[in-house]
Amino acid sequence: MLTKRIIPCLDIKNGRTVKGVNFVNLIDAGDPVVLAKQYAELGADELVFLDISATLDGRKTMLEMVLKVAEQVNIPFTVGGGISSISDVDLLLKSGADKVSINSSAIKNPGLVNELAEKFGSQCVVVAIDAKKINGEWIVHLAGGTIATALNLFDWAKEVEKRGAGEILFTSMNNDGTKSGFATEALAKLSALLNIPIIASGGAGNIQHFVDAFQKGKADAALAASVFHFGEIPILKLKQELKNNKIPIRI
Amino acid sequence: MKLVIIDYGAGNIKSIQFALMRLGINAILSNNIDEIINADKIIFPGVGEASSAMKMLQKSGLDQLIPKLKQPVLGICLGMQLMCKSTEEGNTKGLGIFNAHVKRFSNSVKVPQMGWNVIFNLKTNLFKGIKNKEFMYLVHSFYAENSEQAIALTDYETTYASALQKDNFYGVQFHPEKSGIEGSRILQNFIEL
Repeated sequence: MLTKRIIPCLDIKNGRTVKGVNFVNLIDAGDPVVLAKQYAELGADELVFLDISATLDGRKTMLEMVLKVAEQVNIPFTVGGGISSISDVDLLLKSGADKVSINSSAIKNPGLVNELAEKFGSQCVVVAIDAKKINGEWIVHLAGGTIATALNLFDWAKEVEKRGAGEILFTSMNNDGTKSGFATEALAKLSALLNIPIIASGGAGNIQHFVDAFQKGKADAALAASVFHFGEIPILKLKQELKNNKIPIRI
Repeated sequence: MKLVIIDYGAGNIKSIQFALMRLGINAILSNNIDEIINADKIIFPGVGEASSAMKMLQKSGLDQLIPKLKQPVLGICLGMQLMCKSTEEGNTKGLGIFNAHVKRFSNSVKVPQMGWNVIFNLKTNLFKGIKNKEFMYLVHSFYAENSEQAIALTDYETTYASALQKDNFYGVQFHPEKSGIEGSRILQNFIEL
């Protein structure tokens, strides 16, 4: 049986891991390559690296980091942040990334999703969607959640699926950084609406939140950062508890 | 030992190269026919869309060469699928090494299958030391039907062949290069065949 995935996310700025709390106040949590290797050994199913440096130098550092991770880590990993063209993706995949995640660039240029899927295959195209619930409606946001768009989460998710996205990484801006649980209702709706895997993101605070993301939210994978980086939730213990809750998991 | 990874422009070759490097093997990336013929072991990777990958093989004459190879060949992911008779992806005729057809998962399951699933009914030395129901990493929308040439099976919508073998040809649907320590063990087994 296909198992649910546990994905630590590493935010990278200038080659170092950071994690924003509600996307501000960056706290340093270590060397990404060391962390990645450790996570693979501890039982993480995949890794996500999000480049938040957004400068030319930072991007170059990111490519070097991707190469080092690919050399040393034997589980799949996704790279996101600042990707806006086919050549960006080509460089990342050639450096050993398994998948790329695009967010703002897909909103600005939806055709990019089609182009990437055709050139590299849907399996490596993750579309990340940051959304916030405003007056009962889930609105897609840009630029790390600071700018509201006119797009509705469910319509946009359906559109990128049609355009060839292989997976959706859905972050609830209402939940992100709060440690109060994932947005299970929106997740369940997305999962029912789409036929591609959904990664839940934003709000992980305790083990029960992961149980809920899978059981209530029907997510295929759950992503978190600080609870893993600071050892608040050990991955093995989390996976054991998920298994005890009859959730298919790789241990 | 000379190991060549066939480089025809389709796939995540770097990961395979790095995985072999971790096993102490410096693999050669090549689409040169002489170099491939003279290798001890050959890995035939592939990620992406079947019909365009097949066209790239035809362009370099590799579609004629691969079925005639005598040394151990390991197809990975799309590589394995292209070694089959045919695939529904782009209605593509395959290399015909494996007597199997490749079909698409129906929409009763999430497509692609993405993540870790178990392999069982393991046969041949490729799986030496691998326990039944070991987890492997898979990303695919198309699958090879179960057949007599299956040397590993996986359940997703149906029971399908997650590995195939005929003579010196092996194919795996999963990614051994991305499947942790057990995946490396399968690559090591291939090196030792």
